[in-house]
Amino acid sequence: MIYRTILEELPYLLQGALVALELLFAFISLGFFVGMAIAIMRVYGNRFLTLLAVLFERFFRGVPAVVLLFLFFYGIHNISPFTAATLALGFRSAAYQSQIFRGAIEAIQSGQMLAARALGMGRFKAIWCIILPQALRLAIGAWSNEFASELKDTSLAYTIGVVELLRRAKYIVSYTYGNGALVVYGVCALMYLVLVRTGNVVLYRLEDKFAIPGFERREKGM
Amino acid sequence: MLLLRVEDIHKTYGDLEVLKGVSFTVQKGETKVIIGPSGTGKSTLLRCINRLTPPDKGRVWLEGVEVTHTKSRINKLRAQIGFVFQDFNLFSHLTALDNVRIGLVKVKGLKKDIATKLAMRELERVGLRDKANAYPAQLSGGQQQRVSIARALAMDPKLILFDEPTSALDPELIGEVLTVMISLAKEGMTMVVVSHEMGFARAVADEIIFMEHGVIVEQGPPQQLFVSPKHPRTKEFLQKITELYGKGKEVRT
Repeated sequence: MIYRTILEELPYLLQGALVALELLFAFISLGFFVGMAIAIMRVYGNRFLTLLAVLFERFFRGVPAVVLLFLFFYGIHNISPFTAATLALGFRSAAYQSQIFRGAIEAIQSGQMLAARALGMGRFKAIWCIILPQALRLAIGAWSNEFASELKDTSLAYTIGVVELLRRAKYIVSYTYGNGALVVYGVCALMYLVLVRTGNVVLYRLEDKFAIPGFERREKGM
Repeated sequence: MLLLRVEDIHKTYGDLEVLKGVSFTVQKGETKVIIGPSGTGKSTLLRCINRLTPPDKGRVWLEGVEVTHTKSRINKLRAQIGFVFQDFNLFSHLTALDNVRIGLVKVKGLKKDIATKLAMRELERVGLRDKANAYPAQLSGGQQQRVSIARALAMDPKLILFDEPTSALDPELIGEVLTVMISLAKEGMTMVVVSHEMGFARAVADEIIFMEHGVIVEQGPPQQLFVSPKHPRTKEFLQKITELYGKGKEVRT
């Protein structure tokens, strides 16, 4: 019976989910730091840096994720599937995250930067101490969206052989000759759903915790 | 003692020449009030002094150090020049205390406990010790402006530039800010103030500078400008502004 198989293979699937989470953590962190750098280059950089940032964004937002995975996996000699997936999805995420951060940075009133510079802060210090703490708070909402979509996109890594949740599901489906494929993939769907929801709840809590008094996310009862 | 020298400042935005050669000097302990119609370049002039807006031409010296020299360590110079903005520009994610303290810690490199002590002293000076833990959005406009003055004071600046510090305030909140500024002037702080508060100007200005169309039309002690202005435009403007804002006699000194 397929249900028995599922029950027996549950630890195997859960380990797959763990691999997916590891991959997500690796590439979304890469995407965070690179995306932040790209956003800062885009907003504060000179013409050359801005152009560089724009080209980066255009490329990684304009090429399908699967194609990026193949490019990195086959393009770099002796690269492991996990590393290739981290780089491909990480740079793609960086392009999207940079858009989120750019929007958040540009939403900060220009007077904040002026006041910081007038105090004698250099440009980087002003960005670090004044702009980013505010921009990051603003970005959490949009970032939770990115988080959810990237968590789901970890499943794409199975195309280059990362043995994550979906790949494991596929193994189970093939050795049971396709019987109960619906159930196996249904369990996968449920796992993704739970992970996405949990992540979002954590992020919303974070948003409330770091809300600046007077700038709360939403009025109670509205 | 000569503290600030501004010489022949020019600034053009696109086709619009906002400043067409402005020069003046400020002695230590003096309060200068700059008045003039809007769009005359008063705010731009203030920003040219600490190079928030780099002037196209002209030079600025602070105690003999040329601020406008490209090799000047501008951040170090700016730390010695307080700036108070029309719309306060308090850092919204920081409490009043942190707003006043951050320059001491991040720019001057003071230890946190010393910075806290100094910051609390400045908050006390503007009468907001009890609001130390409030965030800007929880303060009234007048309180925010007083915090921003405390933020400037904490840096122990050589002079403070005020860019229309009361223009964004409700009328009943203007008094509390002016009271703070008047006491600063009397304590000998050097100040350059763009403002239309004639009560303030009468009370503490050593000199009023009347600007129009990017140049200084007339300058002199308040008494002279109010009683016997040399230029017809000065007279006209002062009359208009007195009608609009009153003589400002209600200002406590």
